[in-house]
Amino acid sequence: MEHVVDLVVLTLAAGTPLVYAALGELVVERSGVLNLGVEGMMLVGAVTAFITAVVTGSSWLAIAAGTLAGALLAVLFAVLTLSLMANQVAAGLALSLFGAGLSAFVGKPYVSRVIDALPSLQVPGLTDLPVLGRLVFGLNPLVYVSVLLLVAVQWFLYRTRAGLVLRAIGESPGSAHAIGYPVVRIRYAAVVFGGACAGLAGAYLAVAYTPLWVEGMTAGRGWIALALVVFATWKPGRVLAGAYLFGGVTLAQFQAQASGTEIPSQLLSMLPYVATIVVLAIISRDATSIRLNAPASLGKPFHPDR
Amino acid sequence: MVDSTRNNARRHALVTLAGAVAATIVPARAQQPGGAYKVAFVYVSPISDAGWTFQHDSGRREMEKALGGKVVAQFVENVPEGADAERVIRELAQAGNQLVFTTSFGYMNPTIKVAKSFPGTRFEHATGYKTDANVGVYNARFYEGRYLAGMVAGRMTKSNVAGYVAAFPIPEVVMGINAFTRGMRAVNPKAEMKVVWVNSWFDPGRERQAAETLVSQGADVLTHHTDSTAVVQAAEAKKVHAVAYHSDMSKYGPNAQITAVTHQWGAYYTQRVQDAIAGRWKPDNVWGGLRDGMIKMGPFGKTVPKDVQDLVNRTGADIVAGKFHPFTGPIKDNDGKERLAQGQVMPDDVLQKMDYYVEGVQGKLPK
Repeated sequence: MEHVVDLVVLTLAAGTPLVYAALGELVVERSGVLNLGVEGMMLVGAVTAFITAVVTGSSWLAIAAGTLAGALLAVLFAVLTLSLMANQVAAGLALSLFGAGLSAFVGKPYVSRVIDALPSLQVPGLTDLPVLGRLVFGLNPLVYVSVLLLVAVQWFLYRTRAGLVLRAIGESPGSAHAIGYPVVRIRYAAVVFGGACAGLAGAYLAVAYTPLWVEGMTAGRGWIALALVVFATWKPGRVLAGAYLFGGVTLAQFQAQASGTEIPSQLLSMLPYVATIVVLAIISRDATSIRLNAPASLGKPFHPDR
Repeated sequence: MVDSTRNNARRHALVTLAGAVAATIVPARAQQPGGAYKVAFVYVSPISDAGWTFQHDSGRREMEKALGGKVVAQFVENVPEGADAERVIRELAQAGNQLVFTTSFGYMNPTIKVAKSFPGTRFEHATGYKTDANVGVYNARFYEGRYLAGMVAGRMTKSNVAGYVAAFPIPEVVMGINAFTRGMRAVNPKAEMKVVWVNSWFDPGRERQAAETLVSQGADVLTHHTDSTAVVQAAEAKKVHAVAYHSDMSKYGPNAQITAVTHQWGAYYTQRVQDAIAGRWKPDNVWGGLRDGMIKMGPFGKTVPKDVQDLVNRTGADIVAGKFHPFTGPIKDNDGKERLAQGQVMPDDVLQKMDYYVEGVQGKLPK
């Protein structure tokens, strides 16, 4: 039983950065913007958080700084694509490469410095309870925050007026503009929120999950988050399930190895992407289900004067 | 404060510029009689402060210190194995370096290729097997240290399960797993080894996941053949023991680290550069070990009892004296097949082709 609990705890920890990054990207895409720069924003978030942790010694300050850094990089993307009308795909890819280079450059003096990791929750009396104790009271604080964030995003998108407007803009920015909604301003807000989430995902990696900094430490998790949004067909609840599934894949492979079962690791590492392609193929079989799922204006630039 | 920094930076830039100009006017300073001997190093990763490359760079610094003004050493770090490596090695030879150390297995072919165009320059390639009139190879018997570390692990484990986070299933890595397991079972026949392959030399996230997986499956001593400090850090967080590899990582796992198998290249580099300066250098195939000081055991952890330390030190002394070899028969693989008969010592060429797990390692070696 303890073994199963261990597995679940590890899977939650591995899936959490994906939850953050994918939830952020989901909101961005729901507003009709495609930001492929998640990996870059995660790396910049990670390096900023790590440096802040080295300098100040405070994990929470580090997480705040990482979040802020991701948001700042997203502002850059927003200016390029929303104000200057640059191509979103090209700008997003450039952002990923830029983020990778910038983080490597800034982080160089901090490679292999030691910091204290953000500790997991310890509730006296409760964490030590058998089985449920560690599952409910013994996780990293940021794991709880990610679930709260999911609830908040779900509530915002489907239960608030602002969420309705955001989704409307994603479907038809022209109509939303015509009835007087500030399309560009709302898209700015969505993109910055997405950047903050990606930065937070990076900060979690550098300060809580593997408390160290090395070049490219996100190791493609930003790209998995992008795939995850499609996999979840733009629905927040499914992001959570998908994140734990994708996050758990490597873990499952390691578990299999350690217990002596043979599964080629390459096969498992391509699973998230195969799953995404399958989902894409299924939802694009007929036009109605695409229309029901993907935001109609995704990736298309909008300018109020045109 | 800011102003003075900026001024300093500008002055520094001017000095550098002046230096560059001077260098073009007075070429090939090193080739003049009485000038310092020029040596270069090529590293596969950033130096950072632990790991394979860090140990080579420590060796370089030690060598420079030992030889004082007689030598000028330069290095290029983070050089990918492949086309880039050849360009970098060629440039270093062209720049007048007389002895070039290339410190990663993947530099083997580029080193041989460049050496042919620079017959007057000497090259030393780490961990390879191709030599030439001006190319020597060197490597260390890391398995000796692994065996000793295994003995410590065998005495420290309570669950009788050890975990090994490994990079790629090549003989070098398999040899380490087998030596560690043999050392462990020499003092604790009940102990078993679980191995997880992460298919990367350097990916802290995966290394950490692998380490945590092993702990969740009962391992209470971890070791690794990967380049980051993630496994030792994971052991510290999970409150289990760890044996560090390459470098002393007690900074990352002050309670976890029970010992470390560290690489020591300083004495070797000093010797080879001295030989080269004196004109005695010959292309060699060196496979040194504890006896040559190429491997040292890291400090024992606070929790390691005195008798264990003594036992390990005695066995180490026996290896140094040539009285004991970690791969002495009988050796069975983990399918029960006999690989080496009672009392025989495994020859080096067989050792270097090891492609099976010994008894006590769980699972199957990926092929």
